[in-house]
Amino acid sequence: MFKYLKQLTSLVAMVAVLFTFTTETMAAKKSKTLKNTQKKGFVRCGVSQGLPGFSNADAAGNWTGVDVDVCRAVAAAVLGDASKVKYTPLSAKERFTALTSGEIDILSRNTTWTLSRDADIGLTFVGVNFYDGQGFMVRKSSGITSTSQFKNGISACTNIGTTTELNMRDFFNSRGISYEPVAFEKADEVVAAYDAGRCDTYTTDKSGLAAQRTKMSNPDEHIVLPETISKEPLGPVVRQGDSVWEDIVRWSLNTMIEAEEYGITSGNADMMKTSDNPAIKRLVGSEGELGAAFGLDNDWSYRIITQVGNYGESYKRNIADTGILPDRGPNELWTKGGILYVPPAR
Amino acid sequence: MKLKKILPQLATLFVVVLIFGFFTMNAQLNMENRGIDFGYGFLTQESSFDVQFSLIDYSGSDSYGRAYLVGLLNTLLVSVLGIIICTIIGVIIGIARLSPNYLIRTTAAWYVEFFRNIPLLLQIFFWYYAALRALPLPQDAEAIFGASYLTIKGFYTPSLNWENLEIFIYSVIAAIVAIVFVRIHAKKLRENQGKHLPVLNISIAILFVLPLLTFLFGGVNVGYETPELKQLAKTSFKFEGGLSIPPELLSLVIALSLYTATFVAECVRAGIQGVGKGQREAAASIGLNRKQVLNLIIMPQALRIIIPPTTNQYLNLTKNSSLAAAIAYPDLVLVFAGTALMQTGKAIEIVSITMLTYLTLSLSISFFMNWYNAKIAIVEK
Repeated sequence: MFKYLKQLTSLVAMVAVLFTFTTETMAAKKSKTLKNTQKKGFVRCGVSQGLPGFSNADAAGNWTGVDVDVCRAVAAAVLGDASKVKYTPLSAKERFTALTSGEIDILSRNTTWTLSRDADIGLTFVGVNFYDGQGFMVRKSSGITSTSQFKNGISACTNIGTTTELNMRDFFNSRGISYEPVAFEKADEVVAAYDAGRCDTYTTDKSGLAAQRTKMSNPDEHIVLPETISKEPLGPVVRQGDSVWEDIVRWSLNTMIEAEEYGITSGNADMMKTSDNPAIKRLVGSEGELGAAFGLDNDWSYRIITQVGNYGESYKRNIADTGILPDRGPNELWTKGGILYVPPAR
Repeated sequence: MKLKKILPQLATLFVVVLIFGFFTMNAQLNMENRGIDFGYGFLTQESSFDVQFSLIDYSGSDSYGRAYLVGLLNTLLVSVLGIIICTIIGVIIGIARLSPNYLIRTTAAWYVEFFRNIPLLLQIFFWYYAALRALPLPQDAEAIFGASYLTIKGFYTPSLNWENLEIFIYSVIAAIVAIVFVRIHAKKLRENQGKHLPVLNISIAILFVLPLLTFLFGGVNVGYETPELKQLAKTSFKFEGGLSIPPELLSLVIALSLYTATFVAECVRAGIQGVGKGQREAAASIGLNRKQVLNLIIMPQALRIIIPPTTNQYLNLTKNSSLAAAIAYPDLVLVFAGTALMQTGKAIEIVSITMLTYLTLSLSISFFMNWYNAKIAIVEK
């Protein structure tokens, strides 16, 4: 009976394919995620439970941050409206399961790109939207100014289910320091416990430390130590097995960075349509057929730039102007001494 | 006729198997599509994360399997402590609710109404965050009984250093075995010759004398180590040595016991009130004193009413202990279904193991309580 059922379903599927062939482009048909997104009318995006500068909701429930902007860029490209995003706040522990089980389609949640995550668990990292590294925060009054002053028995608050937990062990073990890890599920709980004095130090990505410091009862009492103990390239993640969707998310992010490189902003994108530079014209959609490869129209990148802005605008709006990390550091364009370098859009 | 009875059951079984099979196949298919491997091989891999608090030796170079064991033992620790404490508080409050004294009765009633009507997670947060903030830093802590300290980083108390601990433990086991024999003998004596042995006094004597002898002749010795204040940085201190109980464990046990005790108290009250007034009066009329009435007439009957609902409360407490994850107590959910799940990405495997573990725990408690309930049930003659 099952045999026939299988044949029957494939027959139905074939008929359905034949009918839809004319109305849909090849790419859209190949990408189940793109098709579902267009049908639903919104992009399903997994974000953090509140990390200022990256993904944070205000009192009215509006999400902002550089991670949020990646999802908005995809929504602008795919649906034509950057606001058509449904955000799902996820803990570090839940995030990958939410993505692999199909609850969300993009995970843009300050997630570190590592080999085992990329290769093992059905995920694909599409790029880096923030170069970070793990650091330590201590109370100013403790007099500690460097990790070399850490002593045996130090207690360290952190999040569970993060690379932080692993780096912390490597760090303390390699220096032969015994330590007490106190790991919480939510970032707010870590901050509350550290702030109360439960731990001597709080460790996570440095951008996270800078962001969380703003939430403490008295931010000036805490300092972030200068040492960086790990490489943490943070970036958006998609499910394995949908290469068209993967490309769309990757190039939505790349478009933002490339736009900054060519000086295209949300303000001047209209003027740039008549630029002399063909690279610029391709980005604002007045030349070439770049969108066709994804099954999108030609204005997809123009919409990203006008509705979300370029990477520099996003950084300034979310991270620099909010006082989290005014200095862009490695997250500056390669042409300006940073390491942001994306393949050309052509 | 027989077929008519069996057929619906077979059909139900078939549907259940079909549904189960569908979900298994669906999971398999989807995991294959997304390139996720299935298997329990990861349990022997190195875990490479540390755990704050464990009852057995554990470090990040041990396997995920051992990390599982660490989490399981921590869950058991909280559950056992919680069950013992909530039973003690529950019985006291339950009896207090029936007290003829107005103040005691009302206080007990307020306690029950207050603690059982606030969500447990909120209470855990209260005991952890609010109470924790109120505790002093290690350097400001006042000594309790000379050598114990309650600080924001935990409770520190002197630890005992045993020599030949195993001999001491054997002696305690031997004492318990001896007590069992004494009781059997006393029962025989009572039934055959009508003599009463002071069983309780003899039992206590055995329990103290036998282990005591090991100190004198068995080479058992006990010393103690007191916690010492140690400076980590200018304003950062900690206690070292002795026994340290992390604040996460303390607040979790307090919250779980106080919450569950309210339900246990209600079970106890209902049990005692459930025994007919006539029983008490009849017992008094044949000349039993107050203590005998309670021990021989009321309690044996009350227990039959108390035990089944109390079992539910014990099960609830064990399952509620998984809320530990919220305050960083490294229980099974935090260590295994949290960190280990995250690091390996083996969601289905780990969640299935965790579910099976809780199921086993709950069923064990249930079996034990059912056995106890059957033991104290009235045997109809």
